[in-house]
Amino acid sequence: MTTPYRVTLPRVIRSEWTKLRSLRSTVWSLALAVLLLLLLSLLIPLAVVAQLSQMKAGDLARLEAVGPSLAGSLFAQLAIGVLGVLLISGEYSTGMIRATLAAVPRRLPALWAKAIVFAATVLVLMTASCLGAFFIGQSVFASKDFESGFSDPGVARAVLGTAFYITSVGLLGMALGALLRHTAGALAALFGMLLVLPIVFGLLPQSYGGSLAKYLPIHAGEAFASVRGTPEALSPLTGLLVVCLYWVIGLALAAFLLKKRDA
Amino acid sequence: MIDVHNLTKQYGAKRAVDGLTFSVQPGVVTGFLGPNGAGKSTTMRMIVGLDHPTAGSVTVNGKPYAQHAAPLQQVGALLEARAVHTGRSAYQHLLALSQTCGLPRSRVDEVIEAVGLQGVARKRAGGFSLGMGQRLGIATALLGDPRTLILDEPVNGLDPEGIRWIRDLLKSLAADGRTVFVSSHLMSEMALTADHLIVIGKGKLIADTTVAAFIATASGSLVRVRTTDPQALRQALSTSDVAVRDLPDGALEVSGLTTDAVGIIAAEKQIVLLELTPLQASLEEAFMDLTRDAVEFHATAAPHTGAPS
Repeated sequence: MTTPYRVTLPRVIRSEWTKLRSLRSTVWSLALAVLLLLLLSLLIPLAVVAQLSQMKAGDLARLEAVGPSLAGSLFAQLAIGVLGVLLISGEYSTGMIRATLAAVPRRLPALWAKAIVFAATVLVLMTASCLGAFFIGQSVFASKDFESGFSDPGVARAVLGTAFYITSVGLLGMALGALLRHTAGALAALFGMLLVLPIVFGLLPQSYGGSLAKYLPIHAGEAFASVRGTPEALSPLTGLLVVCLYWVIGLALAAFLLKKRDA
Repeated sequence: MIDVHNLTKQYGAKRAVDGLTFSVQPGVVTGFLGPNGAGKSTTMRMIVGLDHPTAGSVTVNGKPYAQHAAPLQQVGALLEARAVHTGRSAYQHLLALSQTCGLPRSRVDEVIEAVGLQGVARKRAGGFSLGMGQRLGIATALLGDPRTLILDEPVNGLDPEGIRWIRDLLKSLAADGRTVFVSSHLMSEMALTADHLIVIGKGKLIADTTVAAFIATASGSLVRVRTTDPQALRQALSTSDVAVRDLPDGALEVSGLTTDAVGIIAAEKQIVLLELTPLQASLEEAFMDLTRDAVEFHATAAPHTGAPS
């Protein structure tokens, strides 16, 4: 018997693309991330410019034009991280996962396809939005002759790095959703890693608090997604590797458990 | 064709499925019966690879389900709990599933029409009634035009018209030569739909038989007899193995003897018989007889809540 209707990775990718587009919550989360990036790239630089004349020399020396124009990335990473969680935990809470795994009984192609579609969509949108945010911000700073050029040292790395960092947070959320299979638990884990742990590490004595804190996702991300690192930060390349390790390990664990557990 | 061999599923201390062995043949509707909690759903989930067996194996058309290259062409499944994202429309749900194996888009329209969801296909599935959800589940099962259908309680939530539609659909699918495996906890429903029965209780196989044979074994012999002299007949029939009871219309109900035996005894004693009819236990009674010891949850009399005596 011929079987023209085989399950292949490209076909499952197409299926996951249909799934991604056909949920209102996905479209809203993505739109929110784009909107926040663009809106804050206007507002924060405007606030900075308004204060510029009253700044002390020390503050002025630390000021740079890229960070304020990408301030929206702090919110965008949360919107994308939550979406990553929901894309998988939503399938478990509604029972959709049973239909998905019955159609793709080898299971892993479904996880890979979901991650590929989500990462590609977010990376494209966030790269465009971060570039847009950068140029909007610089046009504000240009009024005070304070702007950075895209070809200045570290600028391109910071702008594109921010888009990559946000995408990484999304994949981390997806991995947590797949590991914990419950929306509330996965969201708590994600927010804990992104927001709570940095505070907890800040309370520890600098000697070991600081040496560990730089490996947290948000600090490792800053190492490559900002123009100027801090003295205690990781190098941009190490920061990039650490951020990748989070979602690589997360998705690998998720894949192992997806194969092993009952759906 | 589904082959279940020594299938076992352990959840902690509870053995939900316990050494089941049976096969489901193509061309007939096979009913899968058992009281609630008997292990029907767990067995069906193991057939499509959603749950991993603790021991034993199950194959569909010769292979474990997950090893089929084109799974949706092999098995279409409707599992008891809903398996649809509430935020997605019925059309997009079916489209996404059809794309996993490259089915043509026209197939989605075909199954939507086949289950009668044309009017609501573009609406979010979260707003569907139980019956509409069930129809969407059946559309999902039919999507790949599969050789084997596995349906867990398909009539749940359907109105009488929908129930009749399911019955006809199942029969026509079986008549095409497909394997059709349908679970239910209602014997009466199976009697109208199924040709063959697999009965389980507490995870164990109780019967693997045709519907007709199942009734015959379960009911024993029960005979209705009317005579001009009930008193004499009662005396003539009374032995240790035979029970005779009066029916409201004056006839007698005899259990433990066949109609032939009753007729012969009456003739020997020269008792006039006006009516001699074999009675079948109803299917529901037969089912309950068989599974009485295997029911997981028994209802007992409600505790007294009156004033203390």
